[in-house]
Amino acid sequence: MSKTDSIAVEHLDAVETARHGTTALGFWIYLMTDCILFASLFATFAVLRGATYGGPSGKELFGMPFVLTETLILLTSSFVCGLVLLGAKYNRTKLVILGLIITFLLGAAFLTLELTEFTHLVQDGHSWRASAFLSAFFTLVGTHGAHISMGLIWIIVMIGQILKKGLVKGTIRRLTLFSLFWHFLDIVWIFIFTVVYLMGVL
Amino acid sequence: MSLLDVVFGRLTFNALPHDLVTQVAVVGIVLLGIAIIGALFYFKKWTWLWKNWLTTLDAKKIGVMYIIVAVIMLLRGVSDALMIRAQQVVGAGDGGKFISSDTFQQVFSAHGTIMIFFVAMGLMFGLINLVLPLMLGTRDVAFPFMNSVSFWLFTAGMILVNASLMLGGFSPGGWLGYPPLTELAYSPGPGVDYWIWALQIAGVGSLLSGINFLTTILCKRAKGMTMMKMPIFAWSVLVTTLLIIFAFPILTATLGMLGLDRLMGMHFFTSGFGGNPMMYINLIWAWGHPEVYILILPAFGIFSEVVATYSQKRLFGYKTMVLALFGITFLSFVVWLHHFFTMGAGADVNAFFGITTMIIAIPTGVKIFNWLFTMFRGRINFKTPMFWFFSFVVTFTIGGVTGVLMAVPAIDFQIHNSLFLVAHFHNVIIGGVVFGYFAGITYWFPKIFGFTLNERLGRYAAYCWAIGFLVAFLPLYALGLMGATRRLDHYDPSTGWQGLFIVAGVGVVIICLGIFFQLLQLAVSIWQRKKNLDITGDPWNGRTLEWSVPSPAPFYNFAVLPVVHSRDPFWEQKEAAKAGHHPARPVYVDVHLPKNSGFGVIIAAFAFMVGFGLIWHMWWLAIVGVIGVIVCVIIRTSDDDTEYTISAAEMERLDHGHNTYAAKEQYA
Repeated sequence: MSKTDSIAVEHLDAVETARHGTTALGFWIYLMTDCILFASLFATFAVLRGATYGGPSGKELFGMPFVLTETLILLTSSFVCGLVLLGAKYNRTKLVILGLIITFLLGAAFLTLELTEFTHLVQDGHSWRASAFLSAFFTLVGTHGAHISMGLIWIIVMIGQILKKGLVKGTIRRLTLFSLFWHFLDIVWIFIFTVVYLMGVL
Repeated sequence: MSLLDVVFGRLTFNALPHDLVTQVAVVGIVLLGIAIIGALFYFKKWTWLWKNWLTTLDAKKIGVMYIIVAVIMLLRGVSDALMIRAQQVVGAGDGGKFISSDTFQQVFSAHGTIMIFFVAMGLMFGLINLVLPLMLGTRDVAFPFMNSVSFWLFTAGMILVNASLMLGGFSPGGWLGYPPLTELAYSPGPGVDYWIWALQIAGVGSLLSGINFLTTILCKRAKGMTMMKMPIFAWSVLVTTLLIIFAFPILTATLGMLGLDRLMGMHFFTSGFGGNPMMYINLIWAWGHPEVYILILPAFGIFSEVVATYSQKRLFGYKTMVLALFGITFLSFVVWLHHFFTMGAGADVNAFFGITTMIIAIPTGVKIFNWLFTMFRGRINFKTPMFWFFSFVVTFTIGGVTGVLMAVPAIDFQIHNSLFLVAHFHNVIIGGVVFGYFAGITYWFPKIFGFTLNERLGRYAAYCWAIGFLVAFLPLYALGLMGATRRLDHYDPSTGWQGLFIVAGVGVVIICLGIFFQLLQLAVSIWQRKKNLDITGDPWNGRTLEWSVPSPAPFYNFAVLPVVHSRDPFWEQKEAAKAGHHPARPVYVDVHLPKNSGFGVIIAAFAFMVGFGLIWHMWWLAIVGVIGVIVCVIIRTSDDDTEYTISAAEMERLDHGHNTYAAKEQYA
């Protein structure tokens, strides 16, 4: 390799590294905006939690063992998602795909449980129309669920991309962003678990 | 439920406008639209439009498109203002009905919404796009494609607002749509939904822009440009984007909740079932107050550049300027309650927010004095932007003083929701934001188009705006103190207000004359552009990097990325050249630039479908829109081939041939 070539390669590498950093920072900032969005919903929930309009409060509605199961499933999926990134670091494509599939299944299981809870509530006459408290509850938890659904779509796309292109710079970059996203949703859920459910039944 | 109901939701022929003023406006807009589309076909310009403008990822062109949209919306907003003032002139007693009360409500709601979201925000993002990358010594923003998406979402929101004119009417709920009036029980029509979804779509665009520009400033500055060497305009954009990032998600959440109330029968802000309208008012102002600083801070940045350049001096008090920006940024989040002192939060709470509000006058005062000291002993070059600056100092300071007055809760109880308030915020928004952006457009125009704007007509415009503003809004202070409330379309003749309303009406006509001079200035300047060509690329003896490249700025911005050693890098470079030091021979490298992409337009079109579907309960359309957006994002993010390369040799050739946009066609 001649000297000019190596300079060119170095230049390209620098461009690629800079892009990785820029994209990661941009995505972090996006996550912070999402954090504010959730903060607004949390604030509204905190204000409206007592506004049950004569209907049942959280204490009567929430089953803790059920919610704890949901929580453990989501935490496990986050752990597996961490393993996926580790696999990507050591270039183990099959492991990465397997990890993504497990993350997907756990995420889907979580979503199914959440929808089951919602269905039961609505069937028992406690829909979002019943009181301001329930409106705030469904919106806060539902927004988290909508994010999880987006994450599931993202996992499918990532699996497709990695199968097609392998673990190249572009796919690894997106994998990193996805893992940020997934961990972020985990943190939001911890707050939902605490503020909505735990403080609701205490 | 018939098939028609499924397909068209609640959209029927009844949605067409009923009153004459709106009908004339709609017919005019439709004819104009047909004429433009016809002209595009006749001159075979569709391909040109699509390839060179609609799909562009070049920040400068996106900036130009933002400003075009904003100027068109300014004309719409001013027509609304004219209607409001005309109604108030004839509104003494029951006699005068220029427009119906129902239309009047829609007109003032549309005026506020359009002026803030589609004029002020549009001009702001337009100017940032035009100059921020150039100032930072970089070729592009951090995420060029997202930039295009932002612009097109902004445009989709704009089209939604204007579609309401034609189909169904706009919200009667004011520019911030307070519930419970805007809840389904009291506003069952589609007007409020138009307002919600137009702002929601445009708001997401603004949020993405905020992320984009913050990342650009943090990651893409020229080598050697440390944070404290950035131009003040870049600092002002930095704090503005911080405000956008912290404030706009609150807007998204709040509008989302109001939308859920209306679409799903929820009870966040309804007056029954435990709903809490006060929650809405707190949330909307937790966004709304930072929003006004989002608009004004870039204008402060522009004035900092303009005053330093035309005084031929380094900006006075750079560090205090930065500190003041951060002071204002922080304070803007702890004052929201001063918008509703009268809602009974109690004396302690009101006192806290009253004091924080007054404190804002300190950093703002620091900035005003810094500009004045920058001019002190400078060699002031009396160009049009300086006339905007002088108008700004006078009007903005009056607005600031009345703002401090209203920060006293006891006084606010008297003048809350009166025309005094209307006069105050127009004082700071027209005198600050609008004059600032006009100064910026005049100042940077040659950098983008290659010729300067006509000076004489520009001065006339500035005079008319400044005088017209004072004539139009000073009477409103008096009227407000006499008890006239905002959003008033008729009043008792015995109040004796009509005379002052007539004076205010004359003021608006003078402002319109100013706008006429601006349009004339643009036309004359284009007509005589050969006389005013900016051949040097540095028509004002500028200080910052954007003046170091030829005008119009080449599509790649810099043939060789600059290295910065001081706060006014281009000024320093010129001084060094005078002293006989010439820069080293440039070393060209391969340049990577983004390819054009039509996905911005397409994604925004799908977003428009989502909005339109939700407004008219055409659920299938909303679902198609959501799926469309997701699919487009997946396709675009899966594409790794989004850039083209200009080789070092080619770059050298372009640099010597002095570039221009014509050269880009072979690459795009």
